[in-house]
Amino acid sequence: MSIHDWFKRKKLQKEAEYTRERLDIPGNLWIKCYKCNQTIYNKDLEANLKVCPKCGYHFKLGSAERVRQVSDNGSFKEIDQHLTSKDFLNFTDTKSYAGRIKDSILKTGLNDAIITGTAKIGTYDVALGIMDFSFMGGSMGSVVGEKFTRLVELAVEKKIPVIVFSTSGGARMQESIMSLMQMAKTSAALGRLRENGLPYISVMTDPTSGGVSASFAMLGDINIAEPAALVAFAGPRVIEQTIRQKLPPGFQRSEYLLEHGMLDIVCERQKLKDTLTKILRFFKD
Amino acid sequence: MPKPEKTKYSRPILEFEKPLLELYEKREKLAQIQETGKMEMTEEIKQLDKRIEVTRQQIFSGLTPTQIVQVARFIARPNTLDYIGMIFEDFIELHGDRNFADDPALVCGIANLNGRSVVVMGHNKGHSTKENLARNFGMANPEGYRKALRVMRLAERYDKPIISFVDTPGAYPGLGAEERGQAEAIAKNLREMAELTVPFVSIITGEGGSGGALGIAMGNRVLMMEFSIYSVISPSGCASILFRDAARADEAAVAMKITAKDLLELGVIDDIIKEPQGGAHNDPELSAKNIKSAILKQLEPLLPLSHRELIADRYNKFRKMGIFNE
Ligand SMILES: [Zn+2]
Repeated sequence: MSIHDWFKRKKLQKEAEYTRERLDIPGNLWIKCYKCNQTIYNKDLEANLKVCPKCGYHFKLGSAERVRQVSDNGSFKEIDQHLTSKDFLNFTDTKSYAGRIKDSILKTGLNDAIITGTAKIGTYDVALGIMDFSFMGGSMGSVVGEKFTRLVELAVEKKIPVIVFSTSGGARMQESIMSLMQMAKTSAALGRLRENGLPYISVMTDPTSGGVSASFAMLGDINIAEPAALVAFAGPRVIEQTIRQKLPPGFQRSEYLLEHGMLDIVCERQKLKDTLTKILRFFKD
Repeated sequence: MPKPEKTKYSRPILEFEKPLLELYEKREKLAQIQETGKMEMTEEIKQLDKRIEVTRQQIFSGLTPTQIVQVARFIARPNTLDYIGMIFEDFIELHGDRNFADDPALVCGIANLNGRSVVVMGHNKGHSTKENLARNFGMANPEGYRKALRVMRLAERYDKPIISFVDTPGAYPGLGAEERGQAEAIAKNLREMAELTVPFVSIITGEGGSGGALGIAMGNRVLMMEFSIYSVISPSGCASILFRDAARADEAAVAMKITAKDLLELGVIDDIIKEPQGGAHNDPELSAKNIKSAILKQLEPLLPLSHRELIADRYNKFRKMGIFNE
């Protein structure tokens, strides 16, 4: 890291802190629940897997935290960590894509919006992918598509099931058509996985929408979502603009999708690892 | 010498075609005079036709991405059913997803192409507001994608090639569409198209709008018409989200690289189908002829391939998509 980057990183971290303060979250010690507004001791929240002990609200999880929560201790071996996004269109909106990539890497310590690797869950071997919303809103560009596809291909090679946790605002628009093509690539890979008789479990977390929901997130042999997660093709604002009416409460939330037949299970975070273990056992035994 | 046709020019024109309007009107007047038999105008009409051609050539050889978007979306542009009528014989439309409804925004059917049975499908926009309302502006609901999949499977069972025509602003973002699983319908099509055991050619004829376009566009070969567009989001959508200003759609259209030429350079499509001078709407018959010969050309090398080879061919095509640092 250059000295310039170091200063930039400090600056970005300070900005993040400022945002937290604005959201009335005093430092790291106490957190205010977005839903019930109660103040929670951060340690209690962590101990409760980042679910509000008072109202059950599921806070967003970073990919590293998710790995710790669902995989057996120390079993996760990351692959393809070195892949990074490229500004191949020289795309500049209010800021250049190259700049956004760099800032996101500095700010999050991640190389892109998904981490992939092998792990054990309840002693079962799996190919595990976990998206991270903090990296450019979990948007899918070439790197997300490529890492997902390589993960599935690795699973075919090792003959193990695939589990992917999704969270995404949709396509990475700065990669334009190439982001759209990742939907085709990842879905084709899942076709190959199925041909090889290997299961794929999709876990959708808040929010999962657009190009990710319309490709690999919805293609699980088993589709799971965390409670109250937004799972959608088009976002609520787009739909409101199209139909010019208010949407019903709970629209596009996990429970709504379960009711409409799109999910197998809405699973609380506390029960998630246990549920995944039972499903893996079903496929294995 | 055959007489020039008379009222060829009474038709809608695009904003940037305005310099042609005066010439079109003048030509119509000359043709009327000619018609009355009072004066011989053949030579003048011939001269004027040349001027029209030169002017049109000038306009269409330098279109900006925004102007190409206008051509691609033009209400007079031939739609899927127009093309099906001009390219295939014995077309029979097949309706319904066998589950919920028939979706008029996406038409499917069986047909004959130069003596060969094929399955065809495509989003269908209208040529008028009334038609567009009936066709939902070519924006399909989940039933459209499920019908398309049903008909693709029919093609597969009887070993018939599939031709898809893509022309949609996007999959319909409506309440019912979400309720009935728009995301699932598209996702499933993507996975299933990758596994099809028959030759499959897709043509972006007008507007290739995001997942709604891709939902029927995973051909072994993907072609674009010269003035069509293919994009992950509309230029105005991109402008309002990324540029924070919908009015900057022109800039977004340039930045996003959505024209046939751009996509050929990026390796996303296999070939560009030339349009008649002045765009497809200027000569639908010739446009259809160009599409037909492009389909035949692309199908030929696919026909002898085995089921396994066709799947591998398609897998490898989409597997290569993506640009990143390794
Ligand atoms: Zn709470």
